[in-house]
Amino acid sequence: MSHTGSSRAVGVGRVLIAVYAVLALAATARSIYQLASKFDQAPVAYLLSGLAGIVYIVATVALLGKGPVWYRIAWITISFELVGVLTVGILSLVDAELFPADTVWSYFGRGYVFIPLVLPVLGMLWLYRRRPGAVAG
Amino acid sequence: MIAWFEYLQVAVAVAAGLFALVLGLLGRRPSDYTLGAAALVEVLLIIQVIVALIAPAVGNAPTGSLLEFWVYLGSAVLIPPAAVLWALVDRDRWSTAVLGVACLAIAVMLYRMGQIWFVQTA
Repeated sequence: MSHTGSSRAVGVGRVLIAVYAVLALAATARSIYQLASKFDQAPVAYLLSGLAGIVYIVATVALLGKGPVWYRIAWITISFELVGVLTVGILSLVDAELFPADTVWSYFGRGYVFIPLVLPVLGMLWLYRRRPGAVAG
Repeated sequence: MIAWFEYLQVAVAVAAGLFALVLGLLGRRPSDYTLGAAALVEVLLIIQVIVALIAPAVGNAPTGSLLEFWVYLGSAVLIPPAAVLWALVDRDRWSTAVLGVACLAIAVMLYRMGQIWFVQTA
């Protein structure tokens, strides 16, 4: 079977992308609701949550995309997610006021069964395996 | 939301999800069974949309935010068709696994919807 699509949207990578897509949808939809209904309660956390949702969308698209530019964008967005989940995870332990429990990165993504913590690592491993010039495998 | 219908939906979504995930990991391509299971999850979601539209008008209102409930339900109905579409475009084992992941995500979202309707206080 020949694949004419992306060099990253193949094999097990497609499952990874599917999880990314679901997380992008969940985080974005939820943050839109939070920004619309309870922005005052935790503006920083909910704005960051909205940003996280957008970055998940870009990461999903970048993983689906072809070529070196999308490859670089995938690395940037996935790195941003890992830094985000670690930073906000620590901050939410230190200052629960600033980051309430219901944002995507609070407590290292506990509200999303820690998928936000695991996913960037799996994403990086996948990007490394599918790096340009690597033997397909 | 009707409690027993929510339990039924979660049970079907978990069963369909595990079924497709296991078959996918065993290397099976998407079949009528795995695609049908995802379709069943979608049909139940559409019934849930109708139930949720009618329920508040007949005295079964959510204890939590109706808006938040609809954000979940509106997102959920999009997921199975997307997974099925992908499975029809790329017919290999990983599409079957994607169907499984999609159904399991639906199960989690339904559980959250149930919490918003029955448990959460606005």
